Amino acid sequence: MSLGQVWAIARKDLLTEGRSKETLNGLFFFAALVLLVFGFALGPDRARLEQAAAGVLWVGFILTGVLGLTRAFQVERENECLEGLLLYPGDRGALYLGKLLGNVVFMLGLEAAVFPCFAFFYNMPLWGALPGLLLTAALGTAGFAAVGTLFAAMTMHLRAREVMFPLLLLPFVVPVLLAAVKGTEAFLRGAGRAEAFPWLALLALFDLVFVTVSLFALEWIVEE
Amino acid sequence: MPSRGSRLVIPLGLAASAALLSGLYAGLVRAPADAVQGEVQRIMYLHVPTVLVAYLAFFIVFVGSTAYLWTRRERWDILAHASAELGVLFTALTIAAGAIWGKPTWGAWWTWDARLTTTAILLLIYTGYLMLRAAVEDPDRGARYAAVVGILGFLDIPIIHKSVEWWRTLHQPSSLARGAIDPALLFPLLLNMAAFALLYAFLLAQRMELGRLEAELTRRRLEE
Amino acid sequence: MRQDGARSPVRRGGGIELRGIGKNYGATWALRGVDLVLGPGESLALFGPNGAGKTTLLKILATLVAPTRGSGRVAGFDLRREQGGIRESVALLAHGTHLYEDLTARENLLFGAAMRRRSVPLDALLTRVGLAEAAAERVRALSSGMKRRLALAKVMLAEPAVLLLDEPFTNLDQAAVALLEGYVGEVLGRGGSVLMATHDLARGYAACRRAAVLVNGRLIHEAPAQPGGLEALRAAYVAATGEGGG
Repeated sequence: MSLGQVWAIARKDLLTEGRSKETLNGLFFFAALVLLVFGFALGPDRARLEQAAAGVLWVGFILTGVLGLTRAFQVERENECLEGLLLYPGDRGALYLGKLLGNVVFMLGLEAAVFPCFAFFYNMPLWGALPGLLLTAALGTAGFAAVGTLFAAMTMHLRAREVMFPLLLLPFVVPVLLAAVKGTEAFLRGAGRAEAFPWLALLALFDLVFVTVSLFALEWIVEE
Repeated sequence: MPSRGSRLVIPLGLAASAALLSGLYAGLVRAPADAVQGEVQRIMYLHVPTVLVAYLAFFIVFVGSTAYLWTRRERWDILAHASAELGVLFTALTIAAGAIWGKPTWGAWWTWDARLTTTAILLLIYTGYLMLRAAVEDPDRGARYAAVVGILGFLDIPIIHKSVEWWRTLHQPSSLARGAIDPALLFPLLLNMAAFALLYAFLLAQRMELGRLEAELTRRRLEE
Repeated sequence: MRQDGARSPVRRGGGIELRGIGKNYGATWALRGVDLVLGPGESLALFGPNGAGKTTLLKILATLVAPTRGSGRVAGFDLRREQGGIRESVALLAHGTHLYEDLTARENLLFGAAMRRRSVPLDALLTRVGLAEAAAERVRALSSGMKRRLALAKVMLAEPAVLLLDEPFTNLDQAAVALLEGYVGEVLGRGGSVLMATHDLARGYAACRRAAVLVNGRLIHEAPAQPGGLEALRAAYVAATGEGGG
């Protein structure tokens, strides 16, 4: 497996996305919309919103992820590019990692833009908690992207993919959602690392297990 | 032509019936009512065996999925598929029994109790497994994709379990593990566990025979 | 999972050997018992109607698809056990161009070079296929003929020992056809093998030294390409398929 290939794939995906920007912009507005919609659903009582804030943020990220993670393989449908990727030497693990890296960077970029909206609508003092929040976001995003990238490859050709992808992904990433929300809550409350630590450890474990397994599993998914 | 498996079906069926009848008699009639909870506690004789059998079924899905990807022999795929169906069935029974027990005990059908929540997530994961098989047209691809989900799903179980447990604990701590259970209640419980395990084995053998016949039929059509 | 040999396996030269290759997709057999031997410096034109199994055969040779039955060697590497070596040595000019529409022509080649872990003088390559001026244009802006030429450049990048071509003459103008034919000659000249699947009986026959017909997954009428042999081939083709050739 070649790191050069991983990097080439991630770079290509991000370059392509940067050129067209259609998905990035659309998803950013979608995420902001989710935050707002939850505000309508749960508000206007500010106390209630503040209690629910971390949960709303992560549901927003995950719903946006459901829409955005499939793009990693949808871009390969035009001109039979997936076939092209499979013709290169090297193993499928590099393809998986490259796609994962592209997805994670993409999602983190989105999340970075969403955080200010979150602070704005939900009146959250982010500044002090920022390192902890970013760490939680990184670990959590890696987790649901790890499984999401694999399932994106799996559902790319299905007619029912818009339904099948979230249907398969969401139950798998419940631990990520739980841990990310609890971790975010702990940091927002200023409770400090001690309280957030077990949740972060769980996220790290999830990431490790599922990146490793998916790395090998992609072989069986993309094979014709 | 009858396979090895099909010859097991009738003996298994008889054994399961006998065990179930005696188990149900022992649990519902002979065993004394619980000192604290009263008659409603008897549902444990159903609920605990079904959840254990469900986990057994998912383990078998894992075994079948791994063996299928390793050997590509159809019989492992049939095993995984059959066991997944049974796993979903027993999981649904577990949740239903849990709700029936929960309503008079806690006053609510669903209390987000850790163990039942984990069970509900597993129900969703393996229902997704079955829906994926139905959504993929090429049976070979479908088997491969399902096998990947079957393996990942099983690996997720301990992580889901831990995360939900940390998230919420209401359920009685495992009486079995702590030995806090009265021997008068323990024996019928163990009997029912064995009975349900036999029921699972019987249904599995039947379902696998059905799967084998379906595969045979497809093969015959191919040769025409 | 099949683990392949060395990172960048030493090339073993051209050549294809297939024994009893069969492939089924569920209820249909795409290939039945195909035997084929192609040595270094040899070229074969494969004719056949749609659905005959030509593309499937090419995909098996490129390791995109695993055969249900049979064995073989491509570029000296085992078909089932040394797929990394095969992918290193083989290039497929397929029906799809494998081009990313939002990247420029040059960027597409850069990506191909990075994935093949090669550094190739890209400017020279672009000039050779006549895309030097369009190098910085996005592929989306190129004509379909230019896209086909860029796809050919990607293949040339790989410097394959075995060149596989699936309907290569579609959408090519006369200059591009000459380019392709020249490249085929070059591959053969350095000891590579070429297998071309095509509808175009005349061009295929002219470009290759041997010809064969694939019908319903079986290889029939394999013969060296001789002057006047085209008519015999056409007759065999029509007889086997009940339709006229290109």
